Amino acid sequence: MTNMSAKQNNPMAEISNGQVLARSAIPDMPLPEFQHAIVDAVEAHHRICALFGSLDAEDESCLTLYVVLADDHRNRLYVASANVSSDGFPSLTPRCPQVHLFEREIAEQFGVKPMGHPWLKPVRFHRSYRLGTDAWNRGDNDAVEAGIMDYYQITGGQVHEVAVGPIHAGVIEPGHFRFQCDGEVILHLEICLGYQHRGIERAMERGPNKRSLHYAETLAGDTTVGHASAYTQLMESLGSCQISPRAAAIRGIAMELERLANHMGDLGALSGDVGFLPTASFCGRIRGDCLNMTAALCGNRFGRGLLRIGGVRFDADAALADDLIRRLDAIEHDSCAAINLLWETSSVMARFEGIGAVSEEVAREIGMVGPAARACGLDLDLRRDHPSGIYQFNHIPVSTWRGGDVFARAYVRWLEIQRSILYIREQLKALPAGLMQVDFSAPRPEALVVTLQEAWRGQICHIALTDAQGRFERYKIVDPSFYNWMAVAMAVRGQQISDFPLCNKSFNLSYCGHDL
Amino acid sequence: MLNDVMTIAIHIGLLLFMPPLLPGVINRTKAVFAGRKGPPLLQPYFDICKLFHKGMVISESTTWVFLAAPVVALAATLLAGLLLPFGPFAAPIHFTGDLILFVYLFGLARFFTTSAALDTGSSFEGMGAAREVAFACLSETAFLLGLLVLVRLSGSVSLTPMLLSPLAHPPEAPVLMAAAGLFIVLLAENLRIPVDDPNTHLELTMIHEAMVLDNSGPLLGLVHYGSAMKLFVLSALALHLFVPFQIGIFGADWGLFVIEMIAMAAVIGIVESTMARLQMRHVPTLLMAAGLLNGIGFVLMVR
Repeated sequence: MTNMSAKQNNPMAEISNGQVLARSAIPDMPLPEFQHAIVDAVEAHHRICALFGSLDAEDESCLTLYVVLADDHRNRLYVASANVSSDGFPSLTPRCPQVHLFEREIAEQFGVKPMGHPWLKPVRFHRSYRLGTDAWNRGDNDAVEAGIMDYYQITGGQVHEVAVGPIHAGVIEPGHFRFQCDGEVILHLEICLGYQHRGIERAMERGPNKRSLHYAETLAGDTTVGHASAYTQLMESLGSCQISPRAAAIRGIAMELERLANHMGDLGALSGDVGFLPTASFCGRIRGDCLNMTAALCGNRFGRGLLRIGGVRFDADAALADDLIRRLDAIEHDSCAAINLLWETSSVMARFEGIGAVSEEVAREIGMVGPAARACGLDLDLRRDHPSGIYQFNHIPVSTWRGGDVFARAYVRWLEIQRSILYIREQLKALPAGLMQVDFSAPRPEALVVTLQEAWRGQICHIALTDAQGRFERYKIVDPSFYNWMAVAMAVRGQQISDFPLCNKSFNLSYCGHDL
Repeated sequence: MLNDVMTIAIHIGLLLFMPPLLPGVINRTKAVFAGRKGPPLLQPYFDICKLFHKGMVISESTTWVFLAAPVVALAATLLAGLLLPFGPFAAPIHFTGDLILFVYLFGLARFFTTSAALDTGSSFEGMGAAREVAFACLSETAFLLGLLVLVRLSGSVSLTPMLLSPLAHPPEAPVLMAAAGLFIVLLAENLRIPVDDPNTHLELTMIHEAMVLDNSGPLLGLVHYGSAMKLFVLSALALHLFVPFQIGIFGADWGLFVIEMIAMAAVIGIVESTMARLQMRHVPTLLMAAGLLNGIGFVLMVR
């Protein structure tokens, strides 16, 4: 019933994943109505895929906010826009926590303040896109360095502060974690990222050009196929081109191989973090086998260079398909043995169960995505809810679990590993015919397109607004990590600080994907 | 007479040169279980040699305590090693009550290591020191209770007569309980899995490793050497309970001792390979279990 009423009253433009919308068809609403519509939609269980700003090409003082909402039950996306003044706008965060990071991002990019935002801090520590404006009143000559901000502090006799990073003991990406602890118990964790900010969104503007696909592929190295899929799907929508079933199948295989490799690596790393060596070593090796399968497909272990606009660059002939199936059988056999050992070892289960739990309610409220959300019991998977490419024709079951703890996140990965193996085998055995690449026309001008892909970490959202020449006026990228970092901070509250690395690993979020 | 001199020479020789072999054996055992080839058996020796050839970086916030700690810890462990009989051979130094000195030499080493950790002012090292001391309260008690069982059994408060006196055959329940309790103490004192993970790089989960994060070069070499020696000394003590056998031939008994030590390291390696680390908040429960095993063993002896 709520869905029906939301649909009837919804003043937003309705599209589906990858459908092009003329910019003139985007409703331009007064800000209060715009915000009201967002709150109503979220109450009707729609998710916020993106809330972002875009500057008018001629007039820099004119900032427009766009929102993309997803109705997962009806496979629909809703888009709307509203103009905001440079003085600021009333923050929506107190009414709708999902937007809190999006509003911080808008404040940082355009120097406009969301009034009443409870946690207004920089996201990536760069200067405003509009020179001379700054949401924190920093001058043009003041240094803007990552990690320099006011941190939340708790005072008291027993309370102590622990600062971890940005340089870590392991070879991982930089990020700063500030803990407020009472003895061994974490009272509060504040995560400060931005050290990897490269300015990808701005670099995409005035594209597409030869570099654009490369930027998408290197946005987050472990999600090369995921981001490349979102970008190519977006370009194909703008260029009115339909890729062949064969190319779609190969993309699907690459996507599932990426999922397989990363989930396998994560389970190994989780097991290594609790000091359980057998699974750690075997999963590390099996991850390599999965990457090597991608390399057999396209020559690169992470799938770089495989996806091209209009299709894929490499075919899988019968001999290669047979070889891949043989390798997949070995991976299935080895991973069953190595990973089932985890669930059977009580000392490992004692470390996984009940640690770092996120409730279903919190997961929904903060807009979590991907396996981490499915581990909380959210029945949410873009491969089913907003399918594109091969997933429109061949379905993959959604794997959910309950509890939202480290065990649930690990177990959902294991379920997905098994289902991905079956899916890849099914595709390889019946590869449809078709051209590797098809032609595409010039990108449609004055259009908006949203593409969603379920990468291994969760929802990837790419949005492009094109100008009169068909160039990107604004390119918005939302990596799954952007939605989920808040969940890490929520998960560790009240937990032992010695369990933080395990909780963090169970999410395994991307730093560069967040920092763009 | 000649045998006495030889015993002392071999005792000191083994105490000085054999300890780094034990972590080598543990690592190799773990590698086999993980399906890897693993580092060379002598890798810990190479590592320590390498560290002694390196320079040192010393934090400006530290004082002499930071420099003294690894030296004091090593000296204390070395002295403790001289008080303990290896295999069926008397210790080079033994006197009435050396047992108490033996236990508190480790206490002295711990005092300096934790003070040095606090000296750096790093939050990680402070956390490591807090954990170390909290767990030591429990493991020291368990350690002393375990030794009390042996004191009661042998009627001596000196390590050499106590450990060389023929233990009950077949072993009685109190001895078995003390053996189990002391094995847990051995794992805890040497910060092996399930209490600590010596291979982790995650500062927030470390105990001992967190305390020595600021050490580098020769100082770190001393720390590694010292912890290997502690493992050696405590393993040698545990062997008296696990395998109280002797052949009676001088050379053969020394050979047996060396083989037993290697087997002990392999057993630790197997424990580490087959279970995960405990949650930090469950470690005290394990240590209390060790204390209870030893305590009940002692009560059974007194009845």
